[in-house]
Amino acid sequence: MISVQNLHKSFRGKAVLNGVDLEILEGETLAIIGRSGSGKSVLMKHIIGLLQPDAGKITVDGIDINAISYADLRRIRQNFGVLFQGGALFDSMSSFDNVAFPLRTFTSMTEEEIEHVVLECLGMVELPEVGAKMPSELSGGMQKRVALARAVALKPRYILYDEPTSGLDPETSNTIDDLIQNLSDQLNVTSIVVTHDMHSVLNIADKAAFVHDGRMHWAGTIDELHRSDDQILRSFVKANEYLIGK
Amino acid sequence: MIQYTKKIILDPVQALGRYSQLLFKAFGAVPEFSTYRKNLWEQMIHVGIDSMPIVMLAAAFSGAVTTVQTSYQLVSPLIPKSIIGSIVVPSMVLELGAVVTGFILAGRVGARIAAELGTMRVTEQIDALEAMGLNSIGYLIVPRVIAGIVMFPVLYVAACFVGIGGGMLVGHLGGFVPMGVFVDGAREFFQPFDPIFGLIKCLVFGFIITSVSCFKGYYTRGGAEGVGKATTEAAVASCVLLLLADLILAATLL
Repeated sequence: MISVQNLHKSFRGKAVLNGVDLEILEGETLAIIGRSGSGKSVLMKHIIGLLQPDAGKITVDGIDINAISYADLRRIRQNFGVLFQGGALFDSMSSFDNVAFPLRTFTSMTEEEIEHVVLECLGMVELPEVGAKMPSELSGGMQKRVALARAVALKPRYILYDEPTSGLDPETSNTIDDLIQNLSDQLNVTSIVVTHDMHSVLNIADKAAFVHDGRMHWAGTIDELHRSDDQILRSFVKANEYLIGK
Repeated sequence: MIQYTKKIILDPVQALGRYSQLLFKAFGAVPEFSTYRKNLWEQMIHVGIDSMPIVMLAAAFSGAVTTVQTSYQLVSPLIPKSIIGSIVVPSMVLELGAVVTGFILAGRVGARIAAELGTMRVTEQIDALEAMGLNSIGYLIVPRVIAGIVMFPVLYVAACFVGIGGGMLVGHLGGFVPMGVFVDGAREFFQPFDPIFGLIKCLVFGFIITSVSCFKGYYTRGGAEGVGKATTEAAVASCVLLLLADLILAATLL
């Protein structure tokens, strides 16, 4: 379980997170939604310890990740797979080597075993044939899928997705959504999806948490989201054209 | 005025603090070196082997030009021609071999390191390394700095040999000084400490160029503009610090 308590973060005097509370239960898929610049990605980076909070506490399986050593934090991070907004594939390595990288670094697997796992992961994201290609030879959507294969290579317990569908066409976005859904089902992982794409939220999430003005403005299940009469939330959802025509 | 004072005084102090902090973290990552060993070989090839042709070319011309200019300035029947060898060789060993190599590495390797790490920073590749549970400073910076410290002396030795050889060859072919006389002059004034001093400079220069460039690249902000800025700053800061270190080492060790 991941818990965020009273999280505060400012950059150059400008408050981005202003007392955020959040709980993510084992096995659920939570979507963190909110306008661009509302602090969703900042929140996600705190969850994995890439940013240090000004105040507040983040616990992963009961361990306060800001009160432990860097070595211990790195051990905790190995339970996470992260899909960054731009994919963040290592551009000096082929797709195969990108997916193999965490396996070569953190396991004592033989090259044969690594090849087997890499092909399995690339198969999961429906790109078994791109292993030899460099990231620059792949489209944006394909890069994200290879990055997703890399994120799940070590079979993490938690997967964080930062804007997984941003900048993609609707068809590719649907493919990514399906992959996230399938991975959650197949690997039984806890997923946190940072997005402002309501279509994705409705496709993949069990719960949603709405960040507004640096605070957790609303949190609930997708059913509750449908029924909510919170004006700010409804305005955000409408702006995403979800309720248009309802 | 306040902003100007901040830029002139506070920013460099702040940068020095962050640089020291980065070095501290890098030293802390040395015990995990076995994880990053493969990366060290790659960096040694980039820093050393790939730089060899341009370093040798520059050294050969430096030696040749020093020979020609020395013979031009000291043309007199009262001065023996062997003086050319006794000036060119210490010049290469004490100064030119290390400084020419340093400037080339600052431009070639320093800029490359800053651009590479800067791009990794702005495209979240460094965050991806960290998120996997890897020590990004250990993985990216330690091998580059070690490669700089190890390969700079190798390049320096090659630069000295090629520079002295180039000077001797041009002196002989141009009719400035016969090879035998050049060698005699070099031997006459040779000080055993000179190459040791040159090697000490190389260790310091190698450390400065790679660590400063890593620092600029690792903390790059912004997009393409930030990468460009970091690359330029890495090359300029490396060159300036290299000259400063050159002066300090000469004043303290010679």
